[in-house]
Amino acid sequence: MARISPVLPGSRAGTSFDLSRRAFLSTSLAAGGGLMLSVSLPGIAGAALEPQPAQPSAMRLGAYILIAPDGLVTIMARSPDMGQGMKTTLPMIIAEELDVPWTSVHVENAPVNPALYGMQFSYGSMNTPLQYDPMRRAGAAGRQMMLTAATRLWQVPAGECETDQGVVHHRASGRRASYGELASRAARLPAPDLMEVPLKDPKDYKIIGHFTPQVDAPRVLSGEPLFGIDQSLPGMLYAVYEKAPVFGSRALSANLDVIKAQPGVRDAFIIHGEPAEAMSGGLVDGVAIVADRWHQANRALDLLQVKWEPRDVSQQATAVFERQAAALADQAPRQILRRDGDVNQAFHQAAKVIEASYAYPFLSHATLEPMNCTAWAKRDGSLEIWAPSQAPTAALMLVARTLRLDPAKVTVHMTRVGGGFGRRGNNDYVVEAAAISQRIGQPVKLLWNRRQDMQHDFYRPAGYNHFRGALDARGNLVAFADHFVSFSHGGEVAVCADLPLEMFPAGFVPNLQYGQTLIELGAPTGHWRDPNYNGLAFAFESFIDELAHAGGRDPLELRLQLYGPPRTIPAPASHMPGLRVPPFDTARVRGVLQLVAEKAGWAKRRLSPRTGMGLAFCYSHFGYVAEIIKASVDERGIPRIHKVWAAVDIGRQIINPAGAYNQAQGAILDGLGSALHQALTIKDGAVVDSNFNTFGLLRMREAPPVEVHFRLTDNPPTGLGEPTLAPSMPALTNALFAATGKRIRRLPIDAELLRS
Amino acid sequence: MPYKITVNGANRTVDVEADTPLLWVLRDELGLKGTKFGCGMSFCGACTIHLNGKPARSCITPISSVGDAAITTIEGIEASEVGQRVKAAWLALDVMQCGYCQSGQVLAATALLTRNPHPSDADIDRAMSGNLCRCATYTRIRAAIKQAAGLPTTDTREV
Repeated sequence: MARISPVLPGSRAGTSFDLSRRAFLSTSLAAGGGLMLSVSLPGIAGAALEPQPAQPSAMRLGAYILIAPDGLVTIMARSPDMGQGMKTTLPMIIAEELDVPWTSVHVENAPVNPALYGMQFSYGSMNTPLQYDPMRRAGAAGRQMMLTAATRLWQVPAGECETDQGVVHHRASGRRASYGELASRAARLPAPDLMEVPLKDPKDYKIIGHFTPQVDAPRVLSGEPLFGIDQSLPGMLYAVYEKAPVFGSRALSANLDVIKAQPGVRDAFIIHGEPAEAMSGGLVDGVAIVADRWHQANRALDLLQVKWEPRDVSQQATAVFERQAAALADQAPRQILRRDGDVNQAFHQAAKVIEASYAYPFLSHATLEPMNCTAWAKRDGSLEIWAPSQAPTAALMLVARTLRLDPAKVTVHMTRVGGGFGRRGNNDYVVEAAAISQRIGQPVKLLWNRRQDMQHDFYRPAGYNHFRGALDARGNLVAFADHFVSFSHGGEVAVCADLPLEMFPAGFVPNLQYGQTLIELGAPTGHWRDPNYNGLAFAFESFIDELAHAGGRDPLELRLQLYGPPRTIPAPASHMPGLRVPPFDTARVRGVLQLVAEKAGWAKRRLSPRTGMGLAFCYSHFGYVAEIIKASVDERGIPRIHKVWAAVDIGRQIINPAGAYNQAQGAILDGLGSALHQALTIKDGAVVDSNFNTFGLLRMREAPPVEVHFRLTDNPPTGLGEPTLAPSMPALTNALFAATGKRIRRLPIDAELLRS
Repeated sequence: MPYKITVNGANRTVDVEADTPLLWVLRDELGLKGTKFGCGMSFCGACTIHLNGKPARSCITPISSVGDAAITTIEGIEASEVGQRVKAAWLALDVMQCGYCQSGQVLAATALLTRNPHPSDADIDRAMSGNLCRCATYTRIRAAIKQAAGLPTTDTREV
């Protein structure tokens, strides 16, 4: 069986995106004897631009655009939409360059098809940087073909025709033809070279840059069944799947006869998977309960008794990890990650040395739509799947690999996704549904309850930073050291538990050391919105604030001094091999820092007692974001966030302001909710929290006004799903310090520490 | 056993066990998928419906307790003039991100504006804090409620 390497979010192998290459979808034999799909400009394959003879009356441009004779333009949305707006944004880009009115555009979810679309996914704020240029060129190629079809029809010189909103005009003769009229002629033309097609001048944009509501909104607000959980099939049964509280433990036995006797229960059985898949998002042991109604399957869980293979997990507890991290803080790091200059000498000669330990907790994604998947194993051995996944192509490959099916026999449909935040880059729930359907030979909807969802996640790893900073007599930062205590799986650093070597202030302080010690972890970790930075930015940006105060410096001034004059610094090797990463530009840092300071009135701040402003900056996912928060604290220590200002530089173009401001504001509030409420507790190898009563989300009454300013700079547009999240937490804790003089070094915020 | 209920003005009969939550009756017996399952314990508000015009959590409402109460779901919210205005404001301001909580938010907002046509920010906080939005679209939810009420959409809270 061919083994296809799925591109998992941030996986260090198997990815091959290269924005600099004019590359096509290709398959090749992978090291180790598998088939590797390598996609650089996914789906924009020259061959796919050839007209399809099967549809002579319509033009099919690639797999993206269908122009019908009546002028209706159907654009396929290639990437899953979980609220970040890709189902609207990417078609907007195509429609703009195609030069059709948005009102004539109909958007459909694309099929999941590696041959046509390459890897389809939505994570890592990668759709905009990867797709902006290809989508423009796809649209422009369509426009070019309409022009060519018209000039040939009218026998007029190329260059005398122009397009306007779905119509080709020949002004000299007054002739005009709609795209619909030209579609079948255009379909017989050879496709133009994508890299040669002329692109619009941005000042002529009619769709890009304009407030465009999400295409799915009217349907969602009418209750139409768009989400994964809403799928329904004739004869469909409902299932739950109970896995071991201790991740990946084998199921030895269960009281299946008792369960099978419960009302509505059709079947109950153990499925065996692989314990190691608990970490990689595959199939692990569990008990499936299949019933006529989901309520019946879920109710039967109350009576389920499973004997799980016992394991020694006494050290797998958040309380134990914290003690270990505290003990390790004073020791030398097990591993030196980066060393610049002479740290020991610099600390020896320093006028002042500041030390502090920071901690942030494990987090669950807690998407509001719990994990679910609908699967239908058919008699002919094929399998059809409806999955609310952020990585549907990877889901297809996982199912084929696990169930030993030819990938050609597996069909995956993308559904709308009720929140992703990185959780649904893993497809464990998909392969579970597929395995259950295969076993019972009937269509089935697997739905996890909230407890299962919270207790079988891929968690944002906790992290513990022990910092030292050395200041000279004038308060300049001359040395910086971090001992990062983090987590490993099988000795290797766990997913998203690594410290990026370029984490500021690395590269901006002459003497610097980043060291690391890893604790072995039994719980899976994964991508949680704004990975790595979502915890590290809190620790690092808080400690930078401490250093500013210790040296008698303004936190803004210290940052501007450290980043220094405007210049570009070549980027380190990418997390994704082959991805051309733009250089780091200190002018863009300065730009957003100065903009946010101006908007918030930072320099002239005169605040009431127990009220403060805090500043933070973070560069993540190619976005430059500075935030200022104004907050106050009452006598009991309860913080109130008055307002958030954000300055954001994601390049020269905001594609859809409707989505952009919503994303930026939402991610900021997401970060604040996390800082105020969230810590996932692990005890005896299992997650203790089971619902929103102990793992809280931000509520309306806690959500402050968020003022977002985009600073447009002449750089390629990049994504907005993540980068505004990370700075919100340190901006808040720095504001709380300014308000109270008390430093929050551990999340979530403990109001007890802030009492007057 | 069979239960006669009134959903969006129509009489329906469903044959389910007495402890079946109304949420699953609506979704899987009647095919009204707009009401969502979030937590199953009334913490999140994704399953919010109206019972006689008041917001209720359908995930903890057993079918046996519904009786002859008038049930309204997102599919029927436009039967009321307030519901129409709320939905129109939601679309105009492009409130939703993932959209999963939004039917519950619209139901909660419609109930608020029905009993309080000109809510203050504090009124909005009180009425809406039981409905979690994981995408945290609270800025636009607040603005859309004000727009539906004919109020300026600016945030008037003290900064």
